[in-house]
Amino acid sequence: MNRIDRTFEELGRKGEKALVGFVTAGDPDIPTSLNIVTSMCNAGLDILELGVPFSDPTADGPVIQRSSARALEKGINVGDVLSMTGKLRKETAVPIILFSYYNPIHAYGNERFYKDAVDVGADGVLLVDLPPEESAEMTRAWPGSDLALIRLIAPTTPLDRMRKIATDARGFIYLVSKTGVTGSSGLKTESIDRQVDSLRSVTSLPICVGFGISTTEDVTAVSSIADGIVIGSAFERMIEDNLDDKNLAAILADQVRKYKEATLKN
Amino acid sequence: MSNHFKGASIYLKREDLAHTGAHKINNTLGQALLAHRMGKEKLIAETGAGQHGVATATVAALFGMECRIFMGEEDIRRQAANVKRMKLLGAEVIKVVSGTSTLKDAMNEALRYWVGAVSDTFYVIGSVAGPHPYPVMVRNFQKVIGEETREQILEFTGKLPDMLVACVGGGSNAMGLFYPFINDSVEMVGVEAAGSGIKSGKHAATLSEGSVGILHGSKSYVLQDENGQIMPAHSISAGLDYPGVGPEHSLLKDLERVRYVSIDDRQALDAFQMLCALEGIIPALESSHAVAWAAKYASTRPGSEVVLVNLSGRGDKDLGIFISHLNGVRDHESNR
Repeated sequence: MNRIDRTFEELGRKGEKALVGFVTAGDPDIPTSLNIVTSMCNAGLDILELGVPFSDPTADGPVIQRSSARALEKGINVGDVLSMTGKLRKETAVPIILFSYYNPIHAYGNERFYKDAVDVGADGVLLVDLPPEESAEMTRAWPGSDLALIRLIAPTTPLDRMRKIATDARGFIYLVSKTGVTGSSGLKTESIDRQVDSLRSVTSLPICVGFGISTTEDVTAVSSIADGIVIGSAFERMIEDNLDDKNLAAILADQVRKYKEATLKN
Repeated sequence: MSNHFKGASIYLKREDLAHTGAHKINNTLGQALLAHRMGKEKLIAETGAGQHGVATATVAALFGMECRIFMGEEDIRRQAANVKRMKLLGAEVIKVVSGTSTLKDAMNEALRYWVGAVSDTFYVIGSVAGPHPYPVMVRNFQKVIGEETREQILEFTGKLPDMLVACVGGGSNAMGLFYPFINDSVEMVGVEAAGSGIKSGKHAATLSEGSVGILHGSKSYVLQDENGQIMPAHSISAGLDYPGVGPEHSLLKDLERVRYVSIDDRQALDAFQMLCALEGIIPALESSHAVAWAAKYASTRPGSEVVLVNLSGRGDKDLGIFISHLNGVRDHESNR
């Protein structure tokens, strides 16, 4: 059993929900970034989404745009993120999902990416601009099935398309909480509730909800509906606000503990 | 112009005479009708040179729809006349300051805005680029250019042209001209912007110099580095200043059905002036790229051949750029 499935099984046994955290790799640099995510994993993060920066992040709001830009200024590329993943894997058993846009992966080479990602201990990949209709081009080039391609469902996805997307989904389903980019405001738990219900009718995979979840109240509310919650911009904002703080990693670890605690409040 | 170059007969397809001054209105009318039918009350669009922005603002005014145009800061500066036109038509022009502050970034920002406003807003993409179904839909709305060209040239000359020439940024005017001739034995040339010259690295010659990648929801040729990061494009013409290109152009390149060449800033400015002087027509700087290549080519061909150029837009918007460039050259020369 792979690390993602095992994580959800264990969480299920304990009656807990998954806290999934997104962090851009290499922001502000690789050693700091590695230090941040290591302490976040040690503080109780259940799944890590490690962002591979892209020059044109069209699904992202200003906070993650800026974090990608900072990483790109340092020249961070796919190879750097993979070697960072390898180092992190030596420190933690937390599932690692490489999160990006298709172009950097395509440029690295689909087969080469699969081999190197599996080799360094990554568990999945999530590409926000690669729709299911087009993803076979990538997965066909994969020589094995040790990497889960995480699928996204939008708030506008109709039921028949949900069914189609869920058919070959693995690991978990990432439900986008609302129409908008990452980090935008206006979370509506009622509509998430409806979406999760529809989605449960077509899949037995765990459902994690992300986009625009930032407060511990949001976390508690969404945790009562879904199997996991994804936090990205809120972590990134905290990194940005404390870039020069020597305790950056500890600050993020504290926040992980607060969020994790909030998932248990229901 | 034909007499001047003493070569092939040159014909201009006068899209510059279309309402709002460019071919862009063909597409915005079609998409606004679709938006209307879908019950969307608001339109958004990205624009580079501002022609697509003006065309979108115009149809929004026609249908009584709200309109927001995303435009890079750099383009707002160099295409100020079109910004004023959009505002006059009642559109809100949103300044985009991310990335290179040009067309690519305007499209990024429009996409970001749209995902948050999709319930009541229709995104009118201006080129044969972006996610499906835009490349196909925009081509279908623009193919009227080629259909009219066929009808008119047959009327004038009794035969199909030997060659079609059009400029290519995202590629909508070129695709509109080419598409109805795809199965005919007519040569086709798409002219990209070589900017300061291909060797300078400051250009927008995506098909000539780019590699296969994924940008704005389609797989096509793009200007990118070895890590798959999109590179900034450069052209004096804001409408061609885009590091991607419509995916069907990439296919036509790979099939060797269309030849893609490039013309630099200097050559485009010369053609801009040349067409003014010879025909009293001010071409858009975008279209000037096509005029420049066609003039050069036609001069080497016999008078029996017909070269048809898509004059995709008028150039009043570019007078400021032309004059400041002329002054710049003069200043440079007087400093020597």
